[in-house]
Amino acid sequence: MDRGAGRSRLATRDLLSEAVAGIVQRPARSVLTSLGTVLGVGAFIAVLGLTGTAAAQIDTRFNRLTATEVTVEDTGGRDADRVPLAFPRSADARMARVNGVEAAGVYWKIRLAPGQSVRSSQVGNANGAVSQTPVVAASPGVLAAAGPHYVQGRGYNAFHESHGDSVAVIGSATAARLGILTLRTQPAIFIGDTAFTVVGIIDDVERKPDLLLSIMIPRASAERIWGPPQDERAKMLVSTDLGAAAQVAEEAALALRPDHPEYLRSIPPADPKALRNAVGNDLGQLFLLLAVVCLFIGAVGIANTTLVAVMERIGEIGLRRALGARSRHITLQFLAESAALGLVGGVTGTSLGTAVVVGVSLQKEWTPVVDPLTLAAAPALGLATGLLAGLYPAWRAARIPPVDALRR
Amino acid sequence: MVHVDRPAVIALEGVGLTYPGPPPVTALRPCSLRIEQGEFVAVVGPSGSGKSSLLNMLGLLDNPTEGTYLLNGLDTSAVSDSRRAALRGSHIGFVFQSFHLLPHRTAQENVELAMLYRRTPRRVRRRKAAEVLARVGLAHRAHALPTHLSGGERQRVAVARALVGEPALLLCDEPTGNLDSGNAASLLDLLGRLHREGMTIVVITHDGQVAARGRRTITIRDGVLTEVDTGAAAPC
Ligand SMILES: Nc1ncnc2c1ncn2[C@@H]1O[C@H](COP(=O)(O)OP(=O)(O)OP(=O)(O)O)[C@@H](O)[C@H]1O
Ligand SMILES: [Mg+2]
Repeated sequence: MDRGAGRSRLATRDLLSEAVAGIVQRPARSVLTSLGTVLGVGAFIAVLGLTGTAAAQIDTRFNRLTATEVTVEDTGGRDADRVPLAFPRSADARMARVNGVEAAGVYWKIRLAPGQSVRSSQVGNANGAVSQTPVVAASPGVLAAAGPHYVQGRGYNAFHESHGDSVAVIGSATAARLGILTLRTQPAIFIGDTAFTVVGIIDDVERKPDLLLSIMIPRASAERIWGPPQDERAKMLVSTDLGAAAQVAEEAALALRPDHPEYLRSIPPADPKALRNAVGNDLGQLFLLLAVVCLFIGAVGIANTTLVAVMERIGEIGLRRALGARSRHITLQFLAESAALGLVGGVTGTSLGTAVVVGVSLQKEWTPVVDPLTLAAAPALGLATGLLAGLYPAWRAARIPPVDALRR
Repeated sequence: MVHVDRPAVIALEGVGLTYPGPPPVTALRPCSLRIEQGEFVAVVGPSGSGKSSLLNMLGLLDNPTEGTYLLNGLDTSAVSDSRRAALRGSHIGFVFQSFHLLPHRTAQENVELAMLYRRTPRRVRRRKAAEVLARVGLAHRAHALPTHLSGGERQRVAVARALVGEPALLLCDEPTGNLDSGNAASLLDLLGRLHREGMTIVVITHDGQVAARGRRTITIRDGVLTEVDTGAAAPC
């Protein structure tokens, strides 16, 4: 009669099927119990998914243009009064030699003399249309860096610049206002008394959209006629290769003015991560908090139901103990049941949350982005919730003495 | 009848059982009792006299509050909780007064449960459960839920569950309480066969028919054990 000298053993497979049986026996209650976990995990996925999707949306727009743009400001340092223009003549070429720079050019807004205006014909000609369009001194590099689209003609280049040519590039709206329909006749506009031949008309730019509403003339001509910048100091627009912006921003001042780098200050593009965090911060955190609250409620729900189930099934506990179950087996069984409930809630919540992300993305015409790690972690989160919630009831169940359990 | 060379299946020495209460209830007064391998013992007594308390203690579900209980010569007070569970699972079959069937499991599944904690492969569990159910005349109701079974049928499922593990010691609490005389007789025949096969059986009963089958009859009254026939059991 010594065949039972060993220990009671319960195969893992049997433990799991007992847990599943325990859940399936009361389907309605199981569904209600896991609802909290469903909501918690669902909200978790939806929040992370939506913020991720929105951030990815910003990223794609951001990376291509803004992240490849550096602006260098002419501050003049302490010599601001003495040095109205810190960018050297050779600024475009110097900057173009910096690694990662595509194109770079200096620009500033010109203050016309009182009484000067932009006209399509010489002063005194009554037929001439007048324009209030701002005039901008822009070295050829600005045209290259801004990425304009020419409807007619083309931009001026270093050759025009070095020869001090009086040429201009204007936006299509300005052209229409000045009555310029074609460049074939080599039309001129008059800025004050000086005639500028319009060599290009643009209808779009990739950067600095305000250039569309400006008249751009070479820097050399502008300096010759109106002198250095007066109201606003000059700036430099730099377009860089992808990923090079930060480095370029760092090197710009020294490359342009090795003698007085303090005259210049670079403004690198905003960090896309900072922008994404800004999106994630405001609403996302609130919803994440909500998700945590849901999960907590879910855990309390599971704990409560499991505790009730323990009391209800006290006879079953006694019976199992009489049939050879160790108290450990009872603990494991109830833990497995609550963990399974949590897992089911987690999986359902993951599906629901993903559906929400996809639905919102479809509606907003975004590309839904959900981190696969999040997707994998979410059911585990449900499982953990269930396990945690089951700890106390399972411990209680195992402590009930078999006789007491059988008397009920 | 007493084999000196091998220990008795059950040997109680000055064993008493008092429920702590409050108020404390003495369910069993200190007594001594030997039950040998292969005996068929009937326990009779009025309601509340302590029959079920005695049986739970014999089945290692409860500890005596005084005295020593030797099961096959093993001092049960020295046995750990998990070892007791193992002993219950492998050596002892219970038929409870109130059956204790799981309401959401079929008769067959209820019987299989008795082999769950012994790591019997599922296939073997199925086969054995079906065999035992056939033996108690319930093959046709094997897949019914207990709630759809009559009281007598439930009792037979409980008996089948107790037998399926082939225990050395079978403890029955009123196994014929819900049976008509015909079914009671056939259950008694079954117990008789098991007895002849060498199983040690202790049966609590109100039924004179059952008591008559037992070679020994132990009477409990207000927690006091008396044995009329042989005097093998005596109050301390
Ligand atoms: N857990 C307990 N705590 C306190 N008293 C108890 C406990 N369990 C049983 N009793 C008492 O112990 C006494 C014996 O109970 P027991 O169940 O052994 O009686 P019984 O002979 O089986 O009765 P019946 O024939 O009605 O089943 C009763 O007076 C009962 O009230
Ligand atoms: Mg009783």
